[in-house]
Amino acid sequence: MTIQRSDIEKLAELARIQISDENITATLDSLSNVLQLVDQLQAAETTGIAPMAHPLDAVQRLRPDTVTEPDCREAFQAIAPATDSGLYLVPRVIE
Amino acid sequence: MHDKTLAQLSAGLASGEFSSVELTRHFLDRIQRLDATYNSFITVTGSEALAAASAADAKRANGNTVPPLCGVPIVHKDIFCTAGVRTSCASKMLDNFIPPYSATVVENFIDAGAVVLGKTNMDEFAMGSSNETSWYGPVHNPWDTDTVPGGSSGGSAAAVAARLTPAATASDTGGSIRQPAALCGISGLKPTYGRVSRWGMIAFASSLDQGGPLARTAEDLALMMNVMASFDPRDSTSLDLAVPDYTADLDASIEGLRIGIPKEYFDAGLNPKTAEAVQNAIRELEKLGATVHDISLPHSSLSVPAYYVIAPAEASANLSRFDGVRYGHRCENPADLHDLYMRSRAEGFGDEVKRRILVGTYCLSAGYYDAYYNKAQQVRRLIKQDFVNAFEQVDLILGPTCPNPAFAFGSKGDNPVAMYLEDIYTISTNLAGLPGMSIPCGFVDAKPVGLQIIGNYFDEARMLNLAHQFQQVTDWHERSPEGIA
Repeated sequence: MTIQRSDIEKLAELARIQISDENITATLDSLSNVLQLVDQLQAAETTGIAPMAHPLDAVQRLRPDTVTEPDCREAFQAIAPATDSGLYLVPRVIE
Repeated sequence: MHDKTLAQLSAGLASGEFSSVELTRHFLDRIQRLDATYNSFITVTGSEALAAASAADAKRANGNTVPPLCGVPIVHKDIFCTAGVRTSCASKMLDNFIPPYSATVVENFIDAGAVVLGKTNMDEFAMGSSNETSWYGPVHNPWDTDTVPGGSSGGSAAAVAARLTPAATASDTGGSIRQPAALCGISGLKPTYGRVSRWGMIAFASSLDQGGPLARTAEDLALMMNVMASFDPRDSTSLDLAVPDYTADLDASIEGLRIGIPKEYFDAGLNPKTAEAVQNAIRELEKLGATVHDISLPHSSLSVPAYYVIAPAEASANLSRFDGVRYGHRCENPADLHDLYMRSRAEGFGDEVKRRILVGTYCLSAGYYDAYYNKAQQVRRLIKQDFVNAFEQVDLILGPTCPNPAFAFGSKGDNPVAMYLEDIYTISTNLAGLPGMSIPCGFVDAKPVGLQIIGNYFDEARMLNLAHQFQQVTDWHERSPEGIA
């Protein structure tokens, strides 16, 4: 499958990573190389093969529905870029 | 003291030959004098190490029975969260990140009384095979400082090889323990998926990531595994199985052990001199009574393509948490929330990390999921089935760890795929969730070569037994690089 500049712009938006105009061509080239590699998968015969999510087919453990985590807000917010009154601050979203 | 193994250091502390404070000072002094050459550390925790060493000495002086690694220095790969000590994952994104909690692996070593000298360099978010993607600069291989140490656990491997620490923690998603172990002439073990807790180990590809040890000998890996392996209710994929004493079977005979040699691991891509070193090692094991059998892993060639769908897909989801809001890098003066996300992530991540996030986003985007992610998960089952079939005939599988010895910085050029193919022999064990190991088995052009040992699920003790027996009759693991005295 070949990809184009417009695909890179769309991926950058989906992944929330800004890519400058001058870097789009280089990004396109390297992604094309990687996708060429992964396209080798298409040659594999996989009819009737179930996708494998876990090597030992383990499933998520259940646990009692009780509180296990203490309140660590102060410790967590001490490393945040911007907080106020226990809230995380971001640029204004609603005018 | 730095030439002693973990086992010898443990014995020396027990007999009173030296104290933990003396030992810790000795290694800290070496790091200070020598690591400017290797760049294997991101953070050195000297004062914390000396405090832990004093505490270990006091515990011993009081006549308490102490665990084997009490007072022994180790280092952690900078992917394991350490409460109060910066954990960067070698990324600008986390250059200012001081975790409020410690990984389970880190807690296990605290409980064991080990002394942590610092946090080691690595490829950014463990994405790389050369340690060239670290935001803190590349690590230099102690055997030849113009070459890479391998990756992503390059700092941990180089630090062990340069005798700046007797052992290190590391992690392996596609070969990140075994490949640097091979390139730096040391031993490394990637355990079965689910054996070592991933809680507090910064996630790259959650269905493949597994923590494990690096050290000089198989015996030392066994001592490290006794601390690292544990069932952890906080890791939803941790497996609730009893942890054996990994040192118990080291001395057992390997007479009659069936070794499988996959023909696909000796293909045209393998350096002929590497092949020769590996063949010599296999002959050595035959002399010890092991029997050798030709086997086939027919889907091996699909492992790299499958990996470069699954790992980036999982990475794109895992790394979405780095958004500049709650911790980590935030851009200056964001115009709005969208701009904050776009620029914080563009500035915080390096090129390889961005590339993998974009590839993963592509593979998971609407219309492509079946063609890529679902297909790769089907291929993954085929790869696993190859191993299941092989382990019906043999006990362990042996081959090269990687196709070539350490390569020069920048030698893989602009095409990322050239680098990806260095992991061609290690990736399939991650896809299958099997344990894999690398031990030194010779030299090519004065650079170390690794022998890979692949075991069945939870068969780490048997792998360590084979490796230990090999190390009783060879001395590759005792060789040290020039200039590290």
